[in-house]
Amino acid sequence: MAMKNSQDSQDSQEILVNPKHNPTVAALLSIIPGLGQVYNKRYIKGAALFILFAAFVIAMIDFISTGLQGLVTLGEVPREDDSRVFLSNGILSLIFTVFFLAFYILNIQDALKDAKRIQLGWKVPNIREGFRNAWDTAFPYVLIGPGLFLLMFVVVFPLLFMVFLAFTNYNLYNAPPRHILEWVGFENFTNLFTINEWRNTFINVLSWTLIWTFVATTLQIALAMFLAILVNDPRVKFKRLIRTVFILPWAVPGFVTIIIFSAMFNDNFGAINLQLIEPLFNMRIPWLQDATWTRIALIMIQVWLGFPFVYALFTGVLQGISSDWYEAADIDGANRWQKFRNITFPHLMFATAPLLIMQYSFNFNNFNIIYLFNQGGPAVRGQTAGGSDILISWIYGLTFENQQFNMAAAISIILGLLVATFAFFQFRRSRSFKEEGTF
Amino acid sequence: MSTKTVKKPMSSKRKNLLEMIAIYTIIGIMFVIILYPLLWAFGLSLNPGRSLYGATMIPENWSLVHYEWLFFDPRSNYLIWYRNTLVVALTVSFLATFIVGLTAYAFSRYRFKGRKNGLYAFLLLQMFPVLMAMVALYILLNTVGLLDSLVGLIIIYIGGAIPMNAFLVKGYFDTLPRELDESAKIDGAGHFRIFFQILLPLAKPILAVVALFNFMAPFMDFILPRIVLRSPENYTLALGLFNMVNDEFANTFTRFAAGSILIAVPIAAVYLYLQRYLISGLASGATKG
Repeated sequence: MAMKNSQDSQDSQEILVNPKHNPTVAALLSIIPGLGQVYNKRYIKGAALFILFAAFVIAMIDFISTGLQGLVTLGEVPREDDSRVFLSNGILSLIFTVFFLAFYILNIQDALKDAKRIQLGWKVPNIREGFRNAWDTAFPYVLIGPGLFLLMFVVVFPLLFMVFLAFTNYNLYNAPPRHILEWVGFENFTNLFTINEWRNTFINVLSWTLIWTFVATTLQIALAMFLAILVNDPRVKFKRLIRTVFILPWAVPGFVTIIIFSAMFNDNFGAINLQLIEPLFNMRIPWLQDATWTRIALIMIQVWLGFPFVYALFTGVLQGISSDWYEAADIDGANRWQKFRNITFPHLMFATAPLLIMQYSFNFNNFNIIYLFNQGGPAVRGQTAGGSDILISWIYGLTFENQQFNMAAAISIILGLLVATFAFFQFRRSRSFKEEGTF
Repeated sequence: MSTKTVKKPMSSKRKNLLEMIAIYTIIGIMFVIILYPLLWAFGLSLNPGRSLYGATMIPENWSLVHYEWLFFDPRSNYLIWYRNTLVVALTVSFLATFIVGLTAYAFSRYRFKGRKNGLYAFLLLQMFPVLMAMVALYILLNTVGLLDSLVGLIIIYIGGAIPMNAFLVKGYFDTLPRELDESAKIDGAGHFRIFFQILLPLAKPILAVVALFNFMAPFMDFILPRIVLRSPENYTLALGLFNMVNDEFANTFTRFAAGSILIAVPIAAVYLYLQRYLISGLASGATKG
């Protein structure tokens, strides 16, 4: 008896009041949902379960079996069968199947658990009590139900769809419904790393993404820290006004300011070239034509957009540092740099580290600025990504401009793996993870 | 400072002055860098001409012609966009906050099967940008016939808002003492009653933040509407304005500037007014989540 062993030793010491009631029988009977419950003399529960399961099976069996079949074949008749529909129905069937199996297992476990309790002399509750208990256990599921449902269809389903796409040959030349998609295994991934054009583009884009994330975010934080410490000086007046102005870039909608900047950096009639660079250096900088200049402009704009939030955070922390620290440092004769290094900096970092890490991950996927400023451009000869494209904007371009859906999906998966690894390490260190672990 | 003044009064005073000049200069430069683009856009919106070329920051004969066009010209969809955005923003804000509240309550107060895995799933899902799944969203909406409709957009916004915000609110619920709901339970309050009458009122601050974030998002986001919406009368403000400049960048820029001033001002006002709550809300989300 497997479950006998799995039980703790304390149970075996208890007296079996109903030794004839066999949990194994209950579990085995539950293979037909509801029968196990009937064996446990919980007739209404058993009937309800049986009806629910029967209804689900009768209603869904067709959809699920054709769905799963379609997921394998992806359609047979070109121009009639749309592989995309087959794919999405297949994924939906998969989701339904997983749910069904989960409930199925729960049903068996439930029968087993009740049977064991009956064995130990537990009285089956009457109908009213049974309902109350059922409502109590089900309540959290009722609460998360609507959210879970939406999440499934808006987030999980599309992500799965994308994962599956990465293993098909869906692109501009082989697009449903005109053609039937085929499973190609890891071909897209191997192409990405073996075909020169793809590999070079991928390496270029990835390295710029990393540089972009690191440089833009770090500068953003450095500027914010510098200004926060500067303004926090007790001699500075009009702190409220200064704070308000410094927070403005965060308050104005980002897409508006990015488009404004994109006009200001315009090579021919932008204000930066006409009013600043030309009078001073007697030349024009090709901000939008030259990849390096575009990248420099992007970093500057992101610093402009991103420093206010960090600034506000830092200001909050600085106001909370007790002045005792600095007085003690004064007595020890510490200079400014020493005070910064040993008091201010650790305080700032300790209080805001998770938020700063979030800033990095935000910039890693900062699609808006890249796309709105120069649409990832300027174009680069011989590759599908522009000179300032980061991974996420490259994926967008591949999807909606080049219609290379399979490659876009493959790159998305790589991006997702990067993000997930990063998230994993980040959350393992975070407080809530440890707190949760204690439950 | 005071100890230094005792030692060398003159040079310290001078050093102090120099420092203050340096500090205010830096602050002044930052003011210029921050305000210049914003004032530039504002100035441009007052130019009578439509083209970026020849438009100046301080126009000689300024006019409100672009603002008038946006509101009164029959070819302008601006007011419809405004209405669409408000509809989306209000619905998303209300429904998302409600669903997020329910979900967070379950995760904070109940121990149920799958809870821990659910939390991990949320942590992971909030890292993925919705953008990554855009092809699938497009096809999904297409199959259920919600493409080019505000309903489709609303559903995606709500779904996408759940993981991150649920964490934010769960963190806040965790800080509320459990004794409150336990004593209510002893007094015979049901699950929903505890939720609506005890926890919800206490969680008002964080729920307000969540509601506000979700209200603001449709005003700022142009990419999801761009994937979902097709016809100009369904556009939201951000998408409409984006398309306005995207079609012929330099030729409608002053009009775009006028349109964006009209959304930037109210949004910036709200943000500045509520900055403390917004920033603390974001901060607690990151440290507790």
